[in-house]
Amino acid sequence: MSSQAIPRPPRLATCSGLEPLPPRGRWLLRGGAAVHAAAGALLDWPLPSQGRAAGDHEHAALWLGPEEFLLLDPPQLPVLQAALAPLPHSLVEVSQRQTAFTVSGAARLALNAACPLDLDVEVFTVGACTRTVFGKAEVVLWRIAPDIFHVEVWRSFAMYVTQLLAQAASEV
Amino acid sequence: MSAPARTAGARIDRGKPLRFTFDGREMGGFAGDTLASALLANGVHLVGRSFKYHRPRGILSAGVEEPNALVTVRRDGARHTPNQCATTVELYEGLSAESQNRWPSLTFDVGAAASLIAPFIPAGFYYKTFMWPRGAWRSLYEPYIRAAAGLGRAPSLPDPDRYSQRYAHCDVLVVGAGAAGLSAALAAARAGARVILCDEQGEPGGFLLTEAAAAQGEQVEQLAARPWLEQQLAALAQQPRLRLLRRTTAFGCYPHNLVGLCERLSDHLAAPPAGQPRERLWQVRAREIVFATGAIERPLVFPGNDRPGVMLCSAARTFLNRYGVLPGTRIAIVTACDDAYRAALELQAAGAAIAVIADTRTAAHGSLPQAARAAGLPLRTGVTVSGTRGRLRVSAIEVASVAGDGVVGAQTQRYACDLVLMSAGFTPNVSLFSQARGKLAWDDGLGAYVPGSSIERVRPAGACRGLFSLDCANRDGRQAGEQAAHAARQPHTHSIRTFTQAATDPAMAGYVGALPQPAGHPRGKAFVDWQNDVTTFDLQLATREGFRSVEHVKRYTTTGMATDQGKTSNLNALGVVAGLLREPLPQVGLTTFRPPYTPVTFGTLAGFARGELLDPVRTTALHDWAASQGAVFEDVGLWKRARYFPRAGEDLHAAVARECRAVRQACGLFDASTLGKIEVAGPDAAAFLERMYVNNWSNLAVGRCRYGILLRDDGFIYDDGVVARLAADRFHVTTTTGGAARVLALMEDYLQTEWPQLQVWLTSTTEQWAVIAVQGPQSRRVLEALVEGIDLDPLALPHMGVAQGRICGVPLMLMRVSFTGELGYEVNVAADFAMAVWEAIAAAGRAHGICPYGTEAMHVLRAEKGYIIIGQDTDGTVTPDDAGLSWAISKTKPDFLGKGALRRAAMSDPQRRQLVGLLTQDPGIVLPEGAQVMAAAGLLPPSRPLGFVSSAYSSPTLGRSIALALVAGGRARLGETLYVRLAAGEVAVQVSSSVFHDVKGERLNV
Repeated sequence: MSSQAIPRPPRLATCSGLEPLPPRGRWLLRGGAAVHAAAGALLDWPLPSQGRAAGDHEHAALWLGPEEFLLLDPPQLPVLQAALAPLPHSLVEVSQRQTAFTVSGAARLALNAACPLDLDVEVFTVGACTRTVFGKAEVVLWRIAPDIFHVEVWRSFAMYVTQLLAQAASEV
Repeated sequence: MSAPARTAGARIDRGKPLRFTFDGREMGGFAGDTLASALLANGVHLVGRSFKYHRPRGILSAGVEEPNALVTVRRDGARHTPNQCATTVELYEGLSAESQNRWPSLTFDVGAAASLIAPFIPAGFYYKTFMWPRGAWRSLYEPYIRAAAGLGRAPSLPDPDRYSQRYAHCDVLVVGAGAAGLSAALAAARAGARVILCDEQGEPGGFLLTEAAAAQGEQVEQLAARPWLEQQLAALAQQPRLRLLRRTTAFGCYPHNLVGLCERLSDHLAAPPAGQPRERLWQVRAREIVFATGAIERPLVFPGNDRPGVMLCSAARTFLNRYGVLPGTRIAIVTACDDAYRAALELQAAGAAIAVIADTRTAAHGSLPQAARAAGLPLRTGVTVSGTRGRLRVSAIEVASVAGDGVVGAQTQRYACDLVLMSAGFTPNVSLFSQARGKLAWDDGLGAYVPGSSIERVRPAGACRGLFSLDCANRDGRQAGEQAAHAARQPHTHSIRTFTQAATDPAMAGYVGALPQPAGHPRGKAFVDWQNDVTTFDLQLATREGFRSVEHVKRYTTTGMATDQGKTSNLNALGVVAGLLREPLPQVGLTTFRPPYTPVTFGTLAGFARGELLDPVRTTALHDWAASQGAVFEDVGLWKRARYFPRAGEDLHAAVARECRAVRQACGLFDASTLGKIEVAGPDAAAFLERMYVNNWSNLAVGRCRYGILLRDDGFIYDDGVVARLAADRFHVTTTTGGAARVLALMEDYLQTEWPQLQVWLTSTTEQWAVIAVQGPQSRRVLEALVEGIDLDPLALPHMGVAQGRICGVPLMLMRVSFTGELGYEVNVAADFAMAVWEAIAAAGRAHGICPYGTEAMHVLRAEKGYIIIGQDTDGTVTPDDAGLSWAISKTKPDFLGKGALRRAAMSDPQRRQLVGLLTQDPGIVLPEGAQVMAAAGLLPPSRPLGFVSSAYSSPTLGRSIALALVAGGRARLGETLYVRLAAGEVAVQVSSSVFHDVKGERLNV
């Protein structure tokens, strides 16, 4: 029998202040209030409210839309799946649909080169997250510290997004 | 011509001399100069030729309103920018500028012969002259007019510079950093607002920079202009939430307080740092905007007012006070307001002789005229200018008296001079306010339009609302800044704001229109619009020919339509037209202010979106493997897909033929990862798909797949793809590559707006799964060695079956589907593992003759089977029946998207275009796709074609060409001979079935 396949995550452009993040589990959770309650009970914290993320670097839930959450490395996944089974819901794995990196410094400032949102720390506070556009690509932004954003992007757009960031961040 | 001496006490840096060239002539200037001030310091007044008549032209203004002094600034072959205002080009070491619209030289220009035929080329002459013969318009007249038109030449090489873009948000955006803008920004920042202050110039200060340094200048808060400016800038620097953008033009106002700014980063530098963008586009969303856009001095309209050496009064003050240049030694001043006397006094103090001050008003009693009288300056009131003299520079001015009844005396007096300054007063700069849906109000006292009301969250401040004195502007700005900061914290009320007009200074009222002239033929052209060479005569002609709307007059004469957008000309043109129509000026109307306020480069608008960043280039997880094998790629939407894998010496045709044979005879390997994939999950998943697709889904068993067709509500095919049922409440829907995003959007649209009660959710998994198609009679054997946990026996996994297992130790979703007509599988694995799995399959398949194939072979293989491709064999007007797919439509469902439309009689008309095969009589001819299919030989347009060829290939399997076509009543024409018209002649074709190979589909079920 053949050996275990070696994973090859998508490549990113290099850019000062841009740190690629390792592969991780990602699940999109959809469903109503009962699903939120069941999921919140297992995640150690309630699912986040509109425009917010909950959790820490290891496990997190990001609010993406009404009844739509991105779970990063949800703990006790089989338990969660079992708990949700009797409820109308959708839990779909998208671990490798997208890739992620953090930006700080010049790369963070370059986010506004192609993202039209107000990313002032007093407006888009630590813990805020949103699905938005970066140039001609869709990204999810999550502010994890005043100067650090976690960025999720679909894998085929990752090179475009990081190249654009790199160019904007390199301005003299 | 001797160069006038530089005067003392200006803002140029005499410690930094700079060299530059103009038309190849080397000259000197200083850091802080503009090209215009440096040229004047070198005694150069002649800088260009006019657009239409090629008249010698000089420098009219000192700012962006400049209509004359347009030059080409050249750095290298690719970097030369035409139509730059010499008055705004900042001097740098080695700057190279060229005049425009002249040949062979600026002083001797052959094109000036146009002046001789001027009577024959009045406004609108080409509408009248070039009417006949009709054909000559395209072949002769238009090319000639285009060649003659335009100033300067665009570079033909690609732009090597980088351009940047930024989005920004603020509480208060202040446009203009003059007295009003500085105070507005400071007040808003002190009130706690996030502020952006932008100014088009390299140095903030606006008109403060034009004020004389010493005590004779205007005061602000008991300070001279310069110290006050320094004080304000120091205070601004203390504000951490205030951003000052220099060299940044607010060029356009868009809905909801979105303002476009163009920041020029490197054009003023001799050697821009490598990698620095040339310009940056800012898209600013401001809660509140303060327009402190100032005012522009109006020229007077009199014969010969365009000679080099005729200049606006404020421009002369700017050149003198800011740049230390005395632009003339013997100066005549024509004015209709008091401000010009300031220029007279300052220029005299700087050493110039004042030949005459010709005031068009009957009296001048203000403090400035009194000071001029006290200084002994020659002052005449109640006069007009009937002409000027001089060829390449003005040499004299002719002044005539105007009697109390307005009649101009026949006697003129000539005054020798080398500079004529003029001022008709100041026009508030309301362009941006107007762009922001602001309504203008006519101020009779001022003789100008001022901001009246606005529905947007904007407010004007300072000179742009007629408050011209620096101290008034300062106070108005401060108030506006405070109010804006306060308003930014309040919710938007959407109420209309009205701006009551503060009392204006009657001494600044000025004059609008053309100066009165003696009876009889005028002595020369009186220009209204310098840049487009529009004279009072042109406006007279337009009104005489019946144009009464000012918008029509504008387009007929082109007044105000040049790159300066009529900044100096619009109000005078209105005045002239009002006078001719004998109507009050406000009744004549006002032309529309449109963005951009000043020209913006294409580079700035394009920003990052060029070269490799023009669009995202999407690649699959298998891209690198294909690239390493020398694949030739094609663009499919944003994706790069491997088109074919040529081996040494192979062309497209040979490679595709080999790849097709491998699939038909052994096994092919294909990257189908770009297919759209949507996970449809929830208790109502099947019910939802029943409503969306034409097919029946409730009877699809778990573990089975079905080919689905999606229509729009008009009944035409929108997309297709295989749908797999993974569980009772879970479907894996595939879409076309190009349709992935729009199908998901369509589904979400219906789900959210039509059927929100359905408990079903859609998740795009397009990029989660890499798809490796393994196709061909050997494909089962190849996969058997690798797949775990799935029985590949045809009884266990028949055609259109789906199963979950593992491959290479990772989860596998295996679909037994075929787009080739052969036994085939689609291996779905998580994208990160795609490369490893692909390589494992390729290795396992080597013994079975496996061969990678690209999209071109895929197209041929599917066409041999008559499988359609959405967008190629459908064009948005094809029903399932047209495509021969009516078998897919559920007969039992009460409804599905598009069902109602399919009931229309026209949708089942037997003469609709139907998908058929075409076989050329000559099997070697491959028809061009898109070729028209005719019913009989020899039919020429306008005979209606029966249809068109949608797909055509050379088929290696059949050893001949094949084609798919949409032909009217096609299925009833099987066996008929039709004709396809090509440029080279007619090709006879026979109508056939659209399935060319394995008609019974026996190769699928093995």
